[in-house]
Amino acid sequence: MPTNKPFIHPYIPNSAPGIKADMLKEIGIKDVEEIYEVIPEHLRLKRKLNLPEAHPSEYELKRHVKGILSENKTCESYLNFLGGGCWQHYVPSVCNEIISRSEFLTAYGGTPYSTFGRMQAQFEFQSLMGELVGMDVVSEGSYSWGTVAGNAIRMACRMTDRLEVLIPKNISPERLATIHTFCRSAQEKNNILIKGIEYDLETGLMDLRDLKDKISQQTAGIYFENPTFLGSIESQAEEISEIAHSRGAESIVGVDPISLGVLAPPSDYGADIVVGNAQPLGVHMNYGGGLFGFIASRDEERYVAEYPSWLISIGETAEEDEYGFGFTRFERTSYIGRDKSKDFLGTVAGLWTIAAAVYISLMGPKGFQEIGETILQRAHYAIDALSEVSGVKVLFPKNAFKEFVVNFDETGKSVKAINKALLDFNIFGGIDLSEDFSELGNSSLYCVTEIHSKQDIDRLAKSFKEVLAK
Amino acid sequence: MKSLPNVRKYHSQVWSEPVIMELGRKGERGILIPEAEDAIKTHVGQIQSLIPENMRRKTAPDLPEVAQPQVLRHFLHLSQMCLGMETNIDAEGTATMKYSPKVNEALVRLPEMAEIHPCQDEETVQGILEIIYKLDLFLREISGMDHFTFQPPGGSMATYTNANVFRAYHADKGEGTQRDEIITTIFSHPCNAATSATAGYKVITLMPRKDGYPDYDALKAAVSHRTAGLMITNPEDTGIYNPDIKEFTEVVHKAGGLCFYDQANANGILGITRAKEAGFDACHFNLHKTFSSPHGSFGPGSGAYGVREQLSKYLPRPVVSYDGEKYHLDYDRPDSIGKVREFHGNIPAVLRAYAWIMSLGAEGLVEVARTSVLNNNYLTKMLEQIKGTKRYYAPGEYRLEQERWSWEKLTEDTGVGTMDIQRRIVDYGLQSFFMSHHPWIVPEPFTPEFCESYSVDDMEYWCAVLEKISDEAYSDPELVKTSPHCAPIHLVKYEDLDKPDKWAITWRAYLKKKGKVILERS
Repeated sequence: MPTNKPFIHPYIPNSAPGIKADMLKEIGIKDVEEIYEVIPEHLRLKRKLNLPEAHPSEYELKRHVKGILSENKTCESYLNFLGGGCWQHYVPSVCNEIISRSEFLTAYGGTPYSTFGRMQAQFEFQSLMGELVGMDVVSEGSYSWGTVAGNAIRMACRMTDRLEVLIPKNISPERLATIHTFCRSAQEKNNILIKGIEYDLETGLMDLRDLKDKISQQTAGIYFENPTFLGSIESQAEEISEIAHSRGAESIVGVDPISLGVLAPPSDYGADIVVGNAQPLGVHMNYGGGLFGFIASRDEERYVAEYPSWLISIGETAEEDEYGFGFTRFERTSYIGRDKSKDFLGTVAGLWTIAAAVYISLMGPKGFQEIGETILQRAHYAIDALSEVSGVKVLFPKNAFKEFVVNFDETGKSVKAINKALLDFNIFGGIDLSEDFSELGNSSLYCVTEIHSKQDIDRLAKSFKEVLAK
Repeated sequence: MKSLPNVRKYHSQVWSEPVIMELGRKGERGILIPEAEDAIKTHVGQIQSLIPENMRRKTAPDLPEVAQPQVLRHFLHLSQMCLGMETNIDAEGTATMKYSPKVNEALVRLPEMAEIHPCQDEETVQGILEIIYKLDLFLREISGMDHFTFQPPGGSMATYTNANVFRAYHADKGEGTQRDEIITTIFSHPCNAATSATAGYKVITLMPRKDGYPDYDALKAAVSHRTAGLMITNPEDTGIYNPDIKEFTEVVHKAGGLCFYDQANANGILGITRAKEAGFDACHFNLHKTFSSPHGSFGPGSGAYGVREQLSKYLPRPVVSYDGEKYHLDYDRPDSIGKVREFHGNIPAVLRAYAWIMSLGAEGLVEVARTSVLNNNYLTKMLEQIKGTKRYYAPGEYRLEQERWSWEKLTEDTGVGTMDIQRRIVDYGLQSFFMSHHPWIVPEPFTPEFCESYSVDDMEYWCAVLEKISDEAYSDPELVKTSPHCAPIHLVKYEDLDKPDKWAITWRAYLKKKGKVILERS
């Protein structure tokens, strides 16, 4: 659709008419239309796209987009207690600085020579995460916690040649739905059967009797999380792994890595495959866009062979005393294996992987210990402060790490109504559990991290009182 | 012959940077953590009492202890040894390495994007829901589809979503068991085959005709009552546009199958031709390719996935709707395939794509397409002058995206292969080109793509470097074979990385295999 007025845009150097004319001459054509003649006439769009008028000037564009975004209320201006797999932790400025670098932000694949720095940074993520989870193999970051849990379950099924996984019912509905997708097959006989395991309504922990009833020689693995979605530290972890192993099944554990300065690493309690969400480590929530997962295991060939992920190995080069990096067993991946590959990968979460490497480096062992302690102390203070509000009860208060279930049954008010009312106090109340976890009654999942001061928690308790008194 | 510019001298920064695990000394701190208030400490008592005894961490993780300036310096050094698109001329084909406007980066870093939680009340996220909804509308117009989701956080996840949607559709029609095959072509992105297989499908991969075009007769022979669908790119990896695409979709529809258009690389056809008119039931766009969201050292990306009306009910939940006044998250979708990732996807990419389209408008999108095909065909003219190159297939025909070339002749003449040149190009400060997806059908392949972001000078310079390397291959092949020489490191001993006793995927594994004693940090 040639127009009379030349369209020149700063993102398109060769949009200048003189340049274009020279290029056309070089190719030996009069108009780009001649190139498009390879597309049959009946497939050509013969009208202009119906899109809103553009804002080609950068100032106007910025003003326009900021205008729309200003309709959002943020977790900076509101006091936020939402968590549930996307958590508000402080993101150090150095993390922001490093992932803003053009070199990392705009690189793609390249080779270990052209994108050496990103390969080393991502190897460092694997190494740092390896220390946190106590495993010798860690993948580069991937899409999300749910997708890597799905991958890990599929790894276990391939390794054991079984098609059944046990998952406790205290798992996040979002994550479970993602896992479900990874367990379905177009050929029904290849579906991975997910059996739900009950959890104890007194403790929030897995019901081991039900686990023992349901595990069998068909079980490929048990997938459980620590802490659980409902916030509890799963203290029966070692026994769960033993039960898995007794039937030849894999123990697959999902972790919140920010807990691992104070909580035992999954390698201590028999985990075979570890997955988790690394978003808390230096990545903003980004409306959930900040989520990314990882997979880890012992350094055994039978595990490594089943990873779908990028695995960066350190190695040697032609020069002495020089570190080189490259991918291990690249033929596993969908780039080579196509339909014979181990699941699939692609453009995953490279930049977030680098952010997390920076974060863990800044934190060090002391940082992880301290953040774990602060979170525990503040969460438990919050549990007590909220429990004091008349009609409010915290379920499983003893086992909490940073999240806990608040029950409002005795207040006569729904979570939905309470959360609406809290908005007037500039507070985002917890995730509403009343539909997905009806067994917990009228309940909500609250998240407290290192960003919540005593004053913030007291403000929440005070707002509860006012909202519930109405 | 067009004379190309002189090649400038280059050397990468070489910091020989230690691995972070080797840095720092005991007691250094990179960041301090807020401490709980004394009143809280007194109130909750002993920390140990808050964790069941068997769940306490017994030994601290063996992480480095490094102060903030040194952590910063380390990662800055690493960044300086990484060629980003913005610091070089990056022609990685099939990846559409376009400029990611800085204004969009400023926008995604606003707290109104970065600091919002996916479970916030709809009332409090009207801004971002509006952006999501409007980008959906834009992409509907660009593709002719009726509904998009942004939940897939990458292109492969979008094709996986599609395989799941195909399955749900056929299951609904009672043909789920019968239709167990998905057809793709060897020159379509490998993720189409891989994600179909992950979703449980048997995959039929069609080989091209001798002239490089997808083979209609082969497709006709492959379709049957077992066909769930076709998943295909166009233009394919070769850059060749399949003019019979409508016939391809028709023959699949006639057999009762569905058709998915992998539009990861749609840059050359924006506003020119659409998925709908070619008969597709579904398609996807990579917002990190065609729509300018940065590639981020391999993600996060966004695979915007769109479908025609009859497949809309299967889209992952929730979808964003608009009632004329407010935007809503619609979870009440009983036929949905469920979720392919938690929450709503990589929304910063959605915001960038929205801003990019709003900067260019309808006229600008067509200009993007026209300029990118102009660039790529201009490139042909220059590359064919370089000794040892050959553009594969369909001689004389124009290309609409990247182009598949071969160094076969040069390899025969000199023994220098495409992998050698892919390393050598780094010695001139240019990103290693993309060779080819696997398997290599074209020998010694390379696949450049110059989208609209590149100037004539950029392209001429890039070709000048290739010309120089070709000269080197003929005059001093060892120089190329032993490259790189001006990169951060030298040739990696790859063979070690596949051996269980040698590979080291973490530092702790490296120390064990090296027989190095893990030193007490002191």
